[in-house]
Formats: sequence, C-alpha cells, structure tokens
Amino acid sequence: MARLSGLQREVLSLYRSCLREIRNKPAVGVSLPPPHTMHTFLTALLQDSRNNFKRYARAEFQKHLSVNKKDFSTVEYLLRKGHRQLEMYASPGIRNIS
Amino acid sequence: MASLRSTSRLFAASRPFFRPATFARSYATVETGAPAEPPAKMKSFKIYRWNPDTPSEKPTMQTYDLDLNKTGPMMLDALIRIKNEQDPTLTFRRSCREGICGSCAMNIDGVNTLACLCRIPTDTKTESRIYPLPHTYVVKDLVPDMTLFYKQYKSIKPYLQRDTPSPDGLENRQSPEERKKLDGLYECILCACCSTSCPSYWWNSEEYLGPAILLQSYRWLADSRDERTAERKAALDNSMSVYRCHTILNCTRTCPKGLNPGLAIAETKKMLAK
Repeated sequence: MARLSGLQREVLSLYRSCLREIRNKPAVGVSLPPPHTMHTFLTALLQDSRNNFKRYARAEFQKHLSVNKKDFSTVEYLLRKGHRQLEMYASPGIRNIS
Repeated sequence: MASLRSTSRLFAASRPFFRPATFARSYATVETGAPAEPPAKMKSFKIYRWNPDTPSEKPTMQTYDLDLNKTGPMMLDALIRIKNEQDPTLTFRRSCREGICGSCAMNIDGVNTLACLCRIPTDTKTESRIYPLPHTYVVKDLVPDMTLFYKQYKSIKPYLQRDTPSPDGLENRQSPEERKKLDGLYECILCACCSTSCPSYWWNSEEYLGPAILLQSYRWLADSRDERTAERKAALDNSMSVYRCHTILNCTRTCPKGLNPGLAIAETKKMLAK
C-alpha cells in the first residue's frame, strides 16, 4: 500500500475511533431480565444495534468517497463534521440507530 | 387580594383626569390621491454563500439587489427581506432583532457587528459585503460554528461560587458601589464579535480565551459576592489564557454594545500582578 498522507491517516484514525466507540455501546434500551432465559435474545439485539452503528458509520464515510484526496479544505471540513458527529453519537443516551 | 382590588379601583377613579388629553387628538384624515412613489433606491448586497451539502464546491459571493425605500433601516431587515422574497436558501441566525440576543453577529463591510444594530449605508453606489464572523468554521452561509467559544465560556465557570451562606439566608447582598463595578461587564451578550476580531485569538483560539470570555471572567473576579477569586485567578495565571492579549483593542472598537473588553483584560492583568 502506498504511503498515506497525514490527512489520509487522520481519516483512517477517525474511522477507527468510530469503530472503537461502537464497542462501548450498551445493550439496546431493554431492562435486563435473568440472563439464562433472555441471553440469546439480548445478544441478538446487542449485535443488531452495534451492526446498525457500524453500517451507519461506513455509509457516512462512503458518501464522500468521490472527494478528491488533494481537495484538503473539503476533507478537513468533513473530518471536523465527522468528529462532531462521533462526539454526538458517543453519548451514552444514544443506544441504537436505524 | 382586597388591597389589590382597592388600589385598582383607585387607579380607575383617577383615570378620567387623563382622558381629555387623549380626546384632544385630531382624527386621522384620508388623503386624496395616491402619493407619488419616490424613485427606487437600489442597493446591491454581496453575501457569502457556502453550502455544506456540497462540500467540494468552493464558497461564493452572491449579489442581491434591494430597493431601500421598501426595506427597513437595518441590515437584518435587508437579510430577512432577501430570504423572504428572493432566496429562501440564504441562511443566517437571528432572533430578537434589537441587539439583545447576539445571534446575528456577522462581518458587515469589514466590521464585526450585529446585523440588527447596523444601519444599511444609504450610499447606493457602493455595494455592501456581508461575511460570517472571520476565522470561524462556517456551518452554512452566515452561520459560524460557536462550539469552541461556548466551551471556553463554560471553562471559566460563569456562575456565582460561594461556600458561606448569606447572613439572612435569602439574598447575597451588595453595596451600590460594589454593584457599580459590574457595570460595563454584565451587559455582554456573548455575540463573539470581539473575540473573532482579535488577531491573537485568530492564531491561538485553542488556548487563548479571547476578549469576550476574559470580559466575563473579569465580571466574576470583580463580583464582591464571589468567594473563589483566588481559584479563578490561579486558573488564568499562565502564558496563554490572559497574556496573549497584546492590547490590540480591536475588541473595544468592534463591540456592538459599546463595552470595553480591553479595559477588563487590563484590570485582570492588574489583579494577577498584585
């Protein structure tokens, strides 16, 4: 792989921090029943919410795949916007996303 | 309740004394024939446009022409009229239209000011140029991103901090002289006109607090009721927070409320030196 520019590495690190935040997301807004009965059901729900976040993050990045890598003002704007969105979605009040 | 009612009756009884004055006014008359319409005073406004939905397109200046005879006297009236009649996609913040909310801060003809307090120059030959506040990230058109500004405001703890309860348990009292110290400080509406006009703040906005926040910081240092003065002073005592102010005084010149952040910063420095 070609050596990446600083800006490209920043984009990648934003994507990685998105994935890292997704791992912190709790179970979907359901109060916990006894684990032995509902375990599989909850795991499914949990997986689902994390998958939803992952799908959303990927889609947000893919939306701007066509941006020229030399167009640094645009990339910088998108990075700022991405960090803002990440900060917002990282709040523990947000449990799922469609 | 009874006392309230008796006073209102008293007031009602006194009212007839004032009445003749209102009746003395003459009736409105209908003028015959429509008045001749004055010649149109067309003025052009060049406004900064940038749309975040198409981020790879560069910002542009768009020109709008308005007849000043049909527009209100202030820049905000012109902007609202453009948005209503010519281009609903034009985006700007506005709320109170009387210079008390600080929403409509923007750069008009090279000066940071509130659009609602800025008269439209009557000279129709030159165009007016309107930009968002300088050196701010733009959210859209004339809307700047104020996140950092508010974060810095939060960092100075802009609220009364006391450990001892007030003597009567009701109010924290001040003498008129102590209250007078807050004049020229409490009027700040945090429009960020001064901070964004300050070159020191342009180059060091991450660490330097900027004139608006330092004015607010001094407002709490000067407050006789606040008991954390030493703590507040310690928080400011470093090379970046206050001492990046090089008394350029763009802040004082641009403040749309006529306040003097430069003086407040100088007083802060004096307090720190003691």
